[in-house]
Amino acid sequence: MDLKDLYQEIILDHGKNPRNLGKFDNYNKDAKGNNPLCGDNVHVYLRLNENKKVEDIAFEGHGCAISMASASIMTDMVRGKEEKEVKEIVTDFLGMIKEKDSLETNILKDDEKTKLMSLSGVKQYPMRVKCATLSWHTLTSALDNSDQIVKTED
Amino acid sequence: MNIDDIKREFPIFDDKIQNNDLVYLDSANSSQKPRVVVDRIYDFYTKEFSNVGRSVHYLAVAATNLYEQTRVSVQKYINAKDKDEIVFTKGATEAINLVANTFGQKYLSEGDEVLLTELEHHSNYVPWHFLRKAKNIKIEFAEINDDGEVTLEAIEKKITNKTKIISVSHLSNVTGAILPIKEIVQLAHSKNIPVLIDGCQGAPHLKLDMQDIDCDFYAISGHKMYGPTGIGILYAKKKWLEDLPPYQGGGGMINEVKKEGITYGELPNKYEAGTMATAQVIAFNESIKFMEKIGIQNIEKHEKELLDYGLEKLRKNNSVNIIGNPKEKGGVISFTIEGVHPHDIATILDEDGVAIRAGHHCCQILHDKLNLPATARASFGVYNTKDDIDKLDEAINKCKKIFNL
Repeated sequence: MDLKDLYQEIILDHGKNPRNLGKFDNYNKDAKGNNPLCGDNVHVYLRLNENKKVEDIAFEGHGCAISMASASIMTDMVRGKEEKEVKEIVTDFLGMIKEKDSLETNILKDDEKTKLMSLSGVKQYPMRVKCATLSWHTLTSALDNSDQIVKTED
Repeated sequence: MNIDDIKREFPIFDDKIQNNDLVYLDSANSSQKPRVVVDRIYDFYTKEFSNVGRSVHYLAVAATNLYEQTRVSVQKYINAKDKDEIVFTKGATEAINLVANTFGQKYLSEGDEVLLTELEHHSNYVPWHFLRKAKNIKIEFAEINDDGEVTLEAIEKKITNKTKIISVSHLSNVTGAILPIKEIVQLAHSKNIPVLIDGCQGAPHLKLDMQDIDCDFYAISGHKMYGPTGIGILYAKKKWLEDLPPYQGGGGMINEVKKEGITYGELPNKYEAGTMATAQVIAFNESIKFMEKIGIQNIEKHEKELLDYGLEKLRKNNSVNIIGNPKEKGGVISFTIEGVHPHDIATILDEDGVAIRAGHHCCQILHDKLNLPATARASFGVYNTKDDIDKLDEAINKCKKIFNL
């Protein structure tokens, strides 16, 4: 294990200055997620337009550098994408964190993939995987209009 | 006492953990186990095993005697009046659930109040919350002050003529505050209110005298006292154990079972239904002996020295913020580092073998009050040294460096 894999510069940057942090007025989908084990929580807000495209997305919450960076990078990455594409990216990301060595989707550009891969360091830290995945599960829940609060313990 | 000798009695420190010497600062969560306790479990299973309290063959009688010997050891250790006042449970959580359930059944009804404090562990809140749902009772919380203490006055302020039981921690697992339990009991008794003390953090670190404290109930966790997991103790005054209904039903707790009805067994069997954690109970006797050999006064003194040293060291470390400043404090230091989340602190410290806990430590009410989602916590046991604290301090500096602080 190497801490440098986990705390890469990009993670520290996004963790310290998360992009898209806050809430905007005309969102039409949202969901909450929490990690009961450590008290981290996140609330994802997004606006899907009539063409099912993510017009805007933001999040509120607090958590460790990994969870804040993950939410920050995620929101950056899915803005402007269609719902179907967002879901593909989510599945690809979760698959990579869980077992795959790389990202396979064609929707993301190489530099975007590199950015996302910066979160792959958590694979060496099983207790920290949930920190990286919480906001992604919450995004899915928001898209599906689920009223259930996402819990990483499930 | 020589800490190096004591530390050598704990096999966990023999080997490196992830290529590091283990700096174990998570004893408030669970303590490590001395060799005598581990060996006792092995010996019991390999040479002496039988279930207790039922059969009459040699092994059963011998195992029953061993099991009952632990009861007497615990009774003496906490200076309870009678050995029947010691009930074995699976943990302190079950001990508190036992009281909440049985006392609640018999004595609580709609509108009655249970008084807790804001610094309680979830295990001393959730069982009472069940009653809030089932019986429509109210739960009141005595407030913590800015130093992270709960004073006698804070308790007094929340007592009303509806207060039916007070349930408070002996020692906070977050701020380390030691509550004035004897005074709380005196005050409560002057108003005919019984008191339960959650002694999870008290029992491993402080001298206990049930007859002096005079509380009605005291819950103890075995695994925090250098003992095995799966064992806890409920101390309860005999009058309560005789008065309250049984908790769980099953074998071992009955007197006579007929189709028409059942009569329950005598104390302490009434509260020990089913096959208990026999090996753990028997091995727990070794934990008591281990602590007695060192002497609780010596443990207290040693941990106080570590605490003073740790507080001094961490206060000097810029950007470390220590949570609470109680006048009477046990060996727990909760802290935050400006700009680094506690989970990141814990992961980075772990890289150097420094094991701490991060999170809300099962005290969300307290963390809400402090307006902190999480804290990092270093807690001490008898095997810790000043060197451990130096390593903690160094690891914190490494943490700050990674986060460019």
